[in-house]
Amino acid sequence: MPPAKQTSNPMLETRNLTKFFGDLAALKEVSLSLHRGESAFLYGPNGAGKTTLLRMLTSLARPSSGQVLFDGRDIERDGTHAKAAIGFVSHATFLYGELTVLENLQFFGKLFGLNGLERKINAALDLFDMRERSAVYVQDLSRGLQQRASLARAFLHDPDFVLLDEPFTGLDSQSVRNLETLLRRLPEQGKALLFSTHDFEQGAALAQRLIALKAGRVRYNGPLALAPFKSLGIVRNSEPENDG
Amino acid sequence: MVSLRIIWNIFAKDLRIEWRNRETLASMCVFGLLIVFLFNFAFEGAREETLRLLPSVLWVAIAFAGVLGFNRSFASERDNACLEGMTLTPVDPSLIFLGKMLANLVFLGVAEVVMVFAAALWYNVSFLPALGQLVLIAFFGTLGYAALGTIFGAIAANTRMREVMLTVLQFPIAFWILMLSIDSTSDALRGNPSGDWFGGVARVAGISLVFTIASFLLFEYVLEE
Repeated sequence: MPPAKQTSNPMLETRNLTKFFGDLAALKEVSLSLHRGESAFLYGPNGAGKTTLLRMLTSLARPSSGQVLFDGRDIERDGTHAKAAIGFVSHATFLYGELTVLENLQFFGKLFGLNGLERKINAALDLFDMRERSAVYVQDLSRGLQQRASLARAFLHDPDFVLLDEPFTGLDSQSVRNLETLLRRLPEQGKALLFSTHDFEQGAALAQRLIALKAGRVRYNGPLALAPFKSLGIVRNSEPENDG
Repeated sequence: MVSLRIIWNIFAKDLRIEWRNRETLASMCVFGLLIVFLFNFAFEGAREETLRLLPSVLWVAIAFAGVLGFNRSFASERDNACLEGMTLTPVDPSLIFLGKMLANLVFLGVAEVVMVFAAALWYNVSFLPALGQLVLIAFFGTLGYAALGTIFGAIAANTRMREVMLTVLQFPIAFWILMLSIDSTSDALRGNPSGDWFGGVARVAGISLVFTIASFLLFEYVLEE
């Protein structure tokens, strides 16, 4: 199935987003947009600003200046609509160690006000093959299983916009393949996907667009096929190098 | 109704976690009892002296036991960034505040009952003659203190020296609640020498409600970075 047709209004838009930590500028005037049915990946070295950008898109961090608009609404003023539509996976799992996987999903599902919660929880557990471990305390799970539980939490409310910060961390090869399959399907379902990864080839295999960040600035934002790999310092394994 | 359900969910989650690890209540009760017990040795004086000083001992024990509880309350939220996880949901931050505050209020209330019961035995003081008045003072005093503990606990949770920070941040403001609570409790235990039992309760209720409402309104700014 081809990706859903892009609508004229972006689902997510940032305008001159800047973030300072003290005197250090973590992000400098980042302006970008993402439409429904689009998938993009953030790529850049450590400290490029990927995590800071993702945190600001989810309103976990406040911009020093600039705006984040979700469906045309400023998330700082009216973030409820965005929060109901965004699924976010971060380095932290956002899960209570003293509760089981099932109890965590029940808790967050209730906060999202989901109808048919049991069915949605089972669907999320099945999506990440966690049904058999649903009664295990999160603190007793391995890092990889905690990541799968965290992914189940993020997909529980069937988000329209999926934001993932290094989502493959700790996952075994089978789980990586399952997640890749799931992420490929999102644009077909009219959902938007933005994720960060250190593995360029993995990102390139999943997304249509590359957003390259370095030292807090966007170095490239556009179709992967047109990316100037050489000037971005990206050496690809198999694809011919562009330098436009 | 939806708001009440969300508050209940957050409150029930904290109760469930406490039921599993039993860390918060146990540490609050043991610490509070220790303070009440140790001060018992200092009171050798007349009954009037005991009635004058016991409220200070009790509220100091409540205050420090509360700090332990508030720190523990946000320890589970800090691990795995669960507080951030809650803010990712479309829930009004003030409901998160109310759910957390309710849990803190219940934990501190239970610890207070234990401490007061122990104080009645060790100090040979009966709280029964002014029980209604004392319950009201304890309720409002604890409400305001738990509200401040919840908001400052959330602030301190993201700082490096969080255990120290909570005390440093909270006590200068909680001082007013504690001072009025001690004063009113002392009056109640001594049979209201001024004859105005309502005034003491009203003062504690007034200042506690002001701090509770202010904490409720400001909590969303605390959750922001």
